[in-house]
Amino acid sequence: MSTSVKKRVTDIGPPHYEQFLPPVIKENYGKWKYHEVLKPGVLVHTAESGEKLYSVRAATPRLASIHSIRLFADLADEFSDGYLRYTSRNNVEFLLTDPDKIDPLIAKLGAEGYPVGGVGAAISNPVHTQGWIHCHSAASDASGVVKALMDELCDYFTGQKLPAKLRLAFACCLNMCGAVHCSDIAVLGVHRRVPKINHETIRTQCEIPTTVSACPTGAIRPTSVNGKQSVEVVEEQCMFCANCYTVCPSMTLNDPEMDGVSIWVGGKVSNARHEPMFSKLAIPYLPNNPPRWPEVVDAVKHLVEIYAANARRYERMGEWIERIGWPKFFEMTDLEFTKYHIDDFSHAGLSFRTSLHFRHQ
Amino acid sequence: MSQKERKTPLVDELEKGPWPSFVKEIKSVDNPKAKDLLGVLERSYQDKIGHWKHGGLVGVMGYGGGVIGRYNDLPDEYPNVAEFHTLRVNQPSGWFYTSDVLRKLCDIWEEHGSGITNMHGSTGDIIFLGCSTEELEPTFAALTELGFDLGGSGSCMRTPSCCAGMARCEWACYDTMGLTHDLTMEYQDELHRPPFPYKFKFKMAGCPNDCVASVARADLSIIGTWRDEIQIDQEAVREYANSSELNVLEDVVERCPTGCMRYNGQLEIDDENCVKCMHCINVMPKALAPGKERGATILIGSKAPIIGGALLSSVLVPFLEMEPPYEDLKELIEAIWDLWAEHGKNRERVGEFIQRVGLGNFCDEIGLDVAPEMVIQPRTNPYIFYEMDTADY
Ligand code: SF4
Ligand code: SF4
Ligand code: SF4
Ligand code: SF4
Repeated sequence: MSTSVKKRVTDIGPPHYEQFLPPVIKENYGKWKYHEVLKPGVLVHTAESGEKLYSVRAATPRLASIHSIRLFADLADEFSDGYLRYTSRNNVEFLLTDPDKIDPLIAKLGAEGYPVGGVGAAISNPVHTQGWIHCHSAASDASGVVKALMDELCDYFTGQKLPAKLRLAFACCLNMCGAVHCSDIAVLGVHRRVPKINHETIRTQCEIPTTVSACPTGAIRPTSVNGKQSVEVVEEQCMFCANCYTVCPSMTLNDPEMDGVSIWVGGKVSNARHEPMFSKLAIPYLPNNPPRWPEVVDAVKHLVEIYAANARRYERMGEWIERIGWPKFFEMTDLEFTKYHIDDFSHAGLSFRTSLHFRHQ
Repeated sequence: MSQKERKTPLVDELEKGPWPSFVKEIKSVDNPKAKDLLGVLERSYQDKIGHWKHGGLVGVMGYGGGVIGRYNDLPDEYPNVAEFHTLRVNQPSGWFYTSDVLRKLCDIWEEHGSGITNMHGSTGDIIFLGCSTEELEPTFAALTELGFDLGGSGSCMRTPSCCAGMARCEWACYDTMGLTHDLTMEYQDELHRPPFPYKFKFKMAGCPNDCVASVARADLSIIGTWRDEIQIDQEAVREYANSSELNVLEDVVERCPTGCMRYNGQLEIDDENCVKCMHCINVMPKALAPGKERGATILIGSKAPIIGGALLSSVLVPFLEMEPPYEDLKELIEAIWDLWAEHGKNRERVGEFIQRVGLGNFCDEIGLDVAPEMVIQPRTNPYIFYEMDTADY
């Protein structure tokens, strides 16, 4: 191999960020004074020195090809002296010093299919996972559901029509890469069939004791099938978490008919007003219906619209629901409250009501 | 089946619509891997099931992390994605780039892989999606030549990430990007060679707004805060009051969770009762700012549901000054790692470990004094594990 002449280097770590910062940031690092939202997707930060930095934020689909990254590089050269960054929610941000370039940049991004927005009381770019593009655990596709959802909700990204910001997230299984469990609305892929055990491969692919102990509910037991070591699953004890599958490839949960998604609401991570909170179950199951997942899109849109029409200014989804109470939430959204909405895992009791504080209607 | 004939009507549907299309992205790359990827996805849309197999042990020499093995379960039909591994490339802090370095990354990935990435993955790395086993080393060599390295995976420290902090945000109470880079460099070994029972994530947020979801997504959440008075520019408050956009009483004063504000032409804050929630500062950024005595709260233990249920991080150190070289913080981190690495069970995150052994015992073991800020309230349960050898309470 031709590379063998060069000495192999390891553990150099990432390049230092300083070399990628525009001069206006280097000069005003730690000395920003305030910021304003100029229009949807455009922020201006003013430094103590009076210098200004304009950030133009556009959505990307997270899955990015070298083609579009090169396009962003070209746009950065044309409009922001070659400087740009990404946000934790897969938006790209161009860092401009010349305000006259904002509108031409927005026009170019728009023409290339990258909407500008996601700032303030808007839906930001949903965080999401790999789905059928790349993961073995996926109970649903990620990019596809998010694309279908955001095609319907795009105006909430490009405009500012909501009472407060709304964070939408998608994860394709309970592993929740990207921990979506504290989002205003989270769509979560779920399995609903007990693991299918491949008794032929299990002895070579898996360690039986590890597999047994991987189950949080103790549903897996060692057994022998046709005289060979294997495991069995006590069906009533299985909560479809796929922990077993994570350690043992011979126990698959994926199933075309049973897999689908659940919908969770009212989580947040910021401390603003209310403490951070988990999302809570709103809809236990909706089917996978590619390519556009109409049931999921309708359900999420419905939730967004009811929230938009009823919450007060600055009230996040969870704060709104807490104010009106969960019985009212189910009534207003016309969602069925089922036994699945009542927790039955380790901390279940904490969610049972002990007071008589009802808002009787 | 030849590449040209393959039809993908279901995924093609997702080229339409106003939101940026990942299908267009995949199609924009002229590469057999990308074509087969689209084919596999179409197949999944037909079958309603994924076609990826459990990972395998692949990696670059000397590293136990940074590469996720992935194989397709239909290798005969989609040979170009039969091996479709992921490289996690450690991002620069704050995800800042120049056009020049992005182009060079693209050139590497065009030469060695599928040309498909995630900008970025959930933990924060640049994700190179779709590498064959034999291209892993050459890709790694090209990356290190450009000055990049791999991030973490498996039971490693995972790639730390952070908000833009002082680079762009007036609310940053410490230098999130500086700390992220510092910890990443300090702990290269833990990042690349799995030393722990399970993964360990860091996320640095500059203020209680927590733009990187640190409280929900990090084993150690380092969230900026302050402990003196909110800085007020009364003139600017009055400007907000006179504008039509904001009603200072309704939108600010009445929304304060502790009711510690008053406004009567002059804004008064009873800072002793302010819980640093950021609401008033968020809505009047020109008038209010966090105090001057700044640092961070260190919280521990958040995680997604696997295995024992989801957790948010909880307070470990209510306030810590955050100045390089961050010695106190590193001492704390290493004490936590020593204890958890020795006593944690396989696949037990530090949050679950603490649930098992008790936060009080955990603090004892790492030599940290307990404080009332760590809990919402003292226990209500009288099953106390009194220790016989400590007679002093
Ligand atoms: S959430 Fe689950 S299925 Fe989705 S990418 Fe993560 S591990 Fe894979
Ligand atoms: S899916 Fe979860 S609950 Fe069911 S058998 Fe596997 S580990 Fe146990
Ligand atoms: S977490 Fe705070 S400091 Fe960091 S970017 Fe968000 S608002 Fe700014
Ligand atoms: S930061 Fe929050 S608690 Fe403190 S004064 Fe402002 S609104 Fe009240």
